[in-house]
Amino acid sequence: MSTLTKQDTFSPLLEAATDNFNEQRTLGKESFLSQGLPAVKEEEYKFTQISRKLEKEISDFQSAKPIELTKELVDQSIYEGFEGNVLVFNNGYFISELSDLPEGVEISSISKKEDLNIGSIAKPEKDAFAALNLASFQDGAFISVPKKTQITAPILLLSFFKANSGQVVQPRIWIESGDFAEVTFIEQSVLLGEETVFANKVVEIKGGLNTKINYYRLQNEGRLFIEVSNIETDIHQDSQFSAVTISLSGNMVRNNLNLNILGSNSVGNMYGIYLLNGKTHVDNHTNVDHTVPHAESNELYKGILTDHSRGVFNGKIFVRQDAQKTNAFQQNNNILLSENAVINTKPQLEIWADDVKCSHGCTTGQLDEEALFYLQARGIDKMQAKGLLLYAFAGEVLEHIETESFQAYCTNLVQERLGSKF
Amino acid sequence: MLSIKNLHASIEGTPILRGINLEVKAGEVHAIMGPNGSGKSTLASVLAGREEYEVTEGEVTFKGKDLLDLAPEDRAREGVFLAFQYPVEIPGVSSTNFLRTAVNQVREYRGLEPLDAVKFLSLMKEKMKLVEIDQKLLSRALNEGFSGGEKKRNEIFQMAMLEPTLSILDETDSGLDIDALKVVSNGVNQLKSADNATIVVTHYQRLLDYIVPDYVHVLYKGRIVKSGTKELALELEEKGYDWIKEEIDSAATV
Ligand SMILES: Nc1ncnc2c1ncn2[C@@H]1O[C@H](COP(=O)(O)OP(=O)(O)OP(=O)(O)O)[C@@H](O)[C@H]1O
Ligand SMILES: [Mg+2]
Repeated sequence: MSTLTKQDTFSPLLEAATDNFNEQRTLGKESFLSQGLPAVKEEEYKFTQISRKLEKEISDFQSAKPIELTKELVDQSIYEGFEGNVLVFNNGYFISELSDLPEGVEISSISKKEDLNIGSIAKPEKDAFAALNLASFQDGAFISVPKKTQITAPILLLSFFKANSGQVVQPRIWIESGDFAEVTFIEQSVLLGEETVFANKVVEIKGGLNTKINYYRLQNEGRLFIEVSNIETDIHQDSQFSAVTISLSGNMVRNNLNLNILGSNSVGNMYGIYLLNGKTHVDNHTNVDHTVPHAESNELYKGILTDHSRGVFNGKIFVRQDAQKTNAFQQNNNILLSENAVINTKPQLEIWADDVKCSHGCTTGQLDEEALFYLQARGIDKMQAKGLLLYAFAGEVLEHIETESFQAYCTNLVQERLGSKF
Repeated sequence: MLSIKNLHASIEGTPILRGINLEVKAGEVHAIMGPNGSGKSTLASVLAGREEYEVTEGEVTFKGKDLLDLAPEDRAREGVFLAFQYPVEIPGVSSTNFLRTAVNQVREYRGLEPLDAVKFLSLMKEKMKLVEIDQKLLSRALNEGFSGGEKKRNEIFQMAMLEPTLSILDETDSGLDIDALKVVSNGVNQLKSADNATIVVTHYQRLLDYIVPDYVHVLYKGRIVKSGTKELALELEEKGYDWIKEEIDSAATV
């Protein structure tokens, strides 16, 4: 029996008044109310019972307020080795005073913007949480990289979360780039306090022609973090977009990543690792929509699951009739280290064009015992041999991170987790 | 050095080894021959510590220690080396990293300083010469895509790197052409000393021309049914196993 009825529970969120984006918020609200939260049998959420989770873990469906945040805490939280500019988010609110703004990029609080077509990329009707965010997001950032601007240093999106008068944080980020721009974003989040937080995040990315955008995410907030994110990008001609998602901890995490390939000669990459233990639940739902000919998408997700953890991978590849000469590759491989860990993996290919190259594969297996014995028989400690094999399995995903410091940091975390650091 | 007494082992409840007795002293070379499925690789695996096999009876001591009590890695560190009949391909693990980890863990166990990168590389170069293994192979992932012969050569290279006291070579000769066989045998012979011992498992007398055994044993249905000197290998080469099988099987039915 669900008591989480949309009207009652979410009314404090939906009714919180704001000054701008009234049209879009109304649209979001209507869309959310007509969809409701995903029902138990809802196809898109059937392995990730997010509604039940929220009902159980979140008692106060109000927006959390900004907390006290010091420069010191910000500095301490930035991952080791990072060199670049930091944008700080405090329970979703963009804090420019604590940020270090990159030159040549226009950045401001999204709630202060006007005339921004939010909801036009991550459309509210596609996902109830995208709708909820559009209706009731608090703040976030507007980031615009002018044309022909190459931002060589990465931009760190550093978010702090903490429940206070409410447990819901809904950030929204709009990124746009002019033609020939290049930029890399890295998401890192910190959960403070001892209370569960529900983050419902939307990121819309509008590329120009011949742009190169990297979007990397590290999800390592711990067991009190419930998250749904909708990240969606429009990829135009001659452009490249690459996402790398590293999920190491969390309570229940649902990542919707949608790539709309709208221009020829473009490339969309989606890579991910999830290392799950305890009762962590991570669901990667990806969707690449090939609408034009001569474009490419590559996808590789690797998972290692132990304890009672659960992973979901759903990879949709949509190739429209006009999208001839599409190259689309998808691969999802999993290792289960315990009998109680579960993975649901599903490739979903819908191909309407006839001259395309599409390949996909998913595997789920255990650690290779023969390989393990071989390493032990050479004198390598069993735990370390396991670590070596697991890192050999998952590590290749990290090679797709182009920012050296972030690659090194994640490699270190992954190796520590897998016991392959020695 | 190695003393096997009445060793019984089974896999998934099926007995494979049914009372093996074998004494190997330092400086000796023992050859173990026998028809397919007689249990040669099983014996090698049990000695190396493969967990799938359950030892149901008997004992094995190695340099005075209860070998069966040790984890596979500790057996290796104590000086047992198994050259696998079918070396495993391990994608994603670089040969060099693997070897360096192995060498240093073995050294640590033996109370030696770990080798730094420079010393390790020079040791590698020296041992590579011994088995004439190509540097290119070692820059790849461990055994990945190696030919049968390359894998065998890599096994002996690893043996050279780890300097074991007891080497068990499980059909290291199969899959090698005659030139490779000479190189590999030569490598094994150079590693031989008065302090270490070798057990070679083989089907072919050919190898024993190069690695000359002090003793030859015939394994059949999980037991050593005949032992002799290197002449026994010649006799087997000529006459096959049928005469031995007949002897044993008829004795068993009486
Ligand atoms: N995992 C297993 N499950 C069941 N039976 C097994 C298993 N491993 C080995 N055996 C059986 O044990 C017996 C001995 O096998 P083993 O590999 O030791 O023989 P071998 O003497 O090395 O043979 P070959 O000369 O072909 O290498 C065979 O009958 C084999 O089928
Ligand atoms: Mg064999």
